[in-house]
Amino acid sequence: MQVYLDNNATTMVDPAVVEAMVPYFSEVYGNPNSLHRFGTASHPSITKAINQMYKAINASDKDDIIFTSCATESNNWVLKSVWIDKIVNGDKNHIVTSEIEHPSVLSTCRFLEEQGVKVTYLPVNDQGIVEAHTLRSFITDKTALVSIMWANNETGMIFPIKEMGDICKEKGVLFHTDGVQAVGKIPVDMQDVHVDFMSMSAHKFHGPKGIGALYIRNSQELTPLLHGGEHMGGRRSGTLNVPYIVGMGKAIELATENIAEKMASIRAKRDRLEDALLSQLSDVMVVGNRDNRTPNTILISIRGVEGEGMLWDLNNALIGASTGSACASEDLEANTVMLAIGADNELAHTGIRLSLSRFTTDEEIDYVIERFSSAVSRLRAISSSYAIVQPTPGGEAAECGIHH
Amino acid sequence: MAKNDLLGGSLWDQYSNKVTTLMNNPNNQGEITQEECDAAGHKLIVADFGAESCGDAVRLYWEVDPSTDTIVHSKFKSFGCGTAIASSDMMAELCIGKTVQEAVKITNIDVEMSLRDNPETPAVPPQKMHCSVMAYDVIKKAAGLYLGVDESSFEDEIIVCECARVSLGTLREVIKLNDLKTIEQVTDYTKAGGFCKSCIKPGGHEAREYYLVDILADVRREMDEEKMRSAADAGSHGDFEAMTLVQKIKAIDSVVDESIRQFLIMDGGNMEVIDIKDSPDYIDVYIRYLGACNGCASSSTGTLYAIEATLKEKLSQKIRVLPI
Repeated sequence: MQVYLDNNATTMVDPAVVEAMVPYFSEVYGNPNSLHRFGTASHPSITKAINQMYKAINASDKDDIIFTSCATESNNWVLKSVWIDKIVNGDKNHIVTSEIEHPSVLSTCRFLEEQGVKVTYLPVNDQGIVEAHTLRSFITDKTALVSIMWANNETGMIFPIKEMGDICKEKGVLFHTDGVQAVGKIPVDMQDVHVDFMSMSAHKFHGPKGIGALYIRNSQELTPLLHGGEHMGGRRSGTLNVPYIVGMGKAIELATENIAEKMASIRAKRDRLEDALLSQLSDVMVVGNRDNRTPNTILISIRGVEGEGMLWDLNNALIGASTGSACASEDLEANTVMLAIGADNELAHTGIRLSLSRFTTDEEIDYVIERFSSAVSRLRAISSSYAIVQPTPGGEAAECGIHH
Repeated sequence: MAKNDLLGGSLWDQYSNKVTTLMNNPNNQGEITQEECDAAGHKLIVADFGAESCGDAVRLYWEVDPSTDTIVHSKFKSFGCGTAIASSDMMAELCIGKTVQEAVKITNIDVEMSLRDNPETPAVPPQKMHCSVMAYDVIKKAAGLYLGVDESSFEDEIIVCECARVSLGTLREVIKLNDLKTIEQVTDYTKAGGFCKSCIKPGGHEAREYYLVDILADVRREMDEEKMRSAADAGSHGDFEAMTLVQKIKAIDSVVDESIRQFLIMDGGNMEVIDIKDSPDYIDVYIRYLGACNGCASSSTGTLYAIEATLKEKLSQKIRVLPI
């Protein structure tokens, strides 16, 4: 048996989505902007996908949902264009974000700092979320934009987006949320929250990679990131990626219809896995209250077991998971989320993320419970943290010189 | 960046077969107890390096025969990623059968070389070289405990880059000899900073005592000072062309004071040196006339010629005098 529990990284494309996409490669292939029948033949499918998108997040007809190439593009678009509109060509100079955003927000913010923009990176609490009152105290009359994720990719923790939206509305500040880890996992209702911009990505909810979207409330001003042939009403140029638009529409529809039912099913499996690991293993800790987590995510810290080593053993057992451990990254830098929540303890090195999907089965959960525990046993048998014979006097470890 | 870098390879694909084998089944994992050593009349040495909160920790066990100082058994425990486990295992393996004095000479490079499948291909990707360094550090610690000496006594030079084992002396020498100006050049010439990158600048994976950025800046400053000193020496020996700018100005001023100004003042005029510009063929001295010289007919002919001839004779044939 092989089990994929890395659905916060990407998901399997639902075969129903693939099926919906197939005709738009070699049968209906015209450019939607062409006047002839080859072009217009694609229009009903695009209209359908647009309707599926609006319905899935309960957007108003006055709002825009613009297809992009990915959520990284959507995040770059909002940050860079608000900078151009409100800072370069306006009197604002400040952006507020959090210290645990996706790299496409954090790296863009650092780039904007190099351009002279002031950026505040809000801290998270021990649950790994930014509290709404923290946000309120950092907004000034020079703040152009607040960009806070809806749910975190590493922990699954859900941020108080409704309260934050209200604060931004009250203060007259634009509010962007990276909704990548929320859409398709938890209910997202644009009539319930005051959000000006929201980024989405199809491959996080069983759609194809290479397509994302940006929600824009009330079709408000936002200078385009990509200038060109005036596609999508001039908001985002580039020939419409018809099969992927069709795929994203189908995927978001499948992910969000009866979402409460789907969530309950995933949550039941997730909770069973989490309970089993917590009861079978000593010295383990799961980050964040699970009632306030996306129902598919577990970030578990295992004392004495380094994250990359654990990932290696899970991989040998044909289980795909993920770790924010520094040792597993190209640059030996620990994951920012791990550092923010657990900089001073072992969590930064021992965290394993398990993320389920609606395709995860009970048999797979049983298999993972068994193999996870045996991997922990093997690695703890090797681990110096569980060694019995103590060092010769004078042979104790020297002070730690490692930052992370 | 080029074609081969577009898709970053998987970290794990770059591990040697030996590394993956030892990760899965380390041979020397385990503990040695006091009872076992007592029964054989041997001495037990247990040394720790690193800590779980740091991300890496290793505990090394030696059973040493005190009559010969030979390590008869060596085992380890490790909190760390797979390469740390494999490196610790190889390190313990390399200790067995050696005397403590011989074991101290094992370096992280030896550990990494022993983990290679073939001599040309590194056993681990660059950022993982660091894992074998800890294996080296813990040996020194165990040997210090056994011999009752400070572990730093085994290190006869300051190692700046532990991964590539490049010393401060080597770095300073290579920077100077090759006139290196950037950290990238230093890494290209010495390999220092090419692995875990901790030694490049503060804020990396591990805090270091010496950083390449500081060493490079120090050596460059020393080189500049040296250049200046030799220029100053050259100047004091009268070699005008080798002088620094300030020295040149002083030299010209003193020639003007000694041999030129008095004649100008006699005619109710004066001059000042404004600037000096060096080029391969000429040293251009810009001057400005003051008082009666300003606007005097000979200021651009006879007087100018006299000034230039004097400076040429006293200082350098390359001098041109340009009034502004």
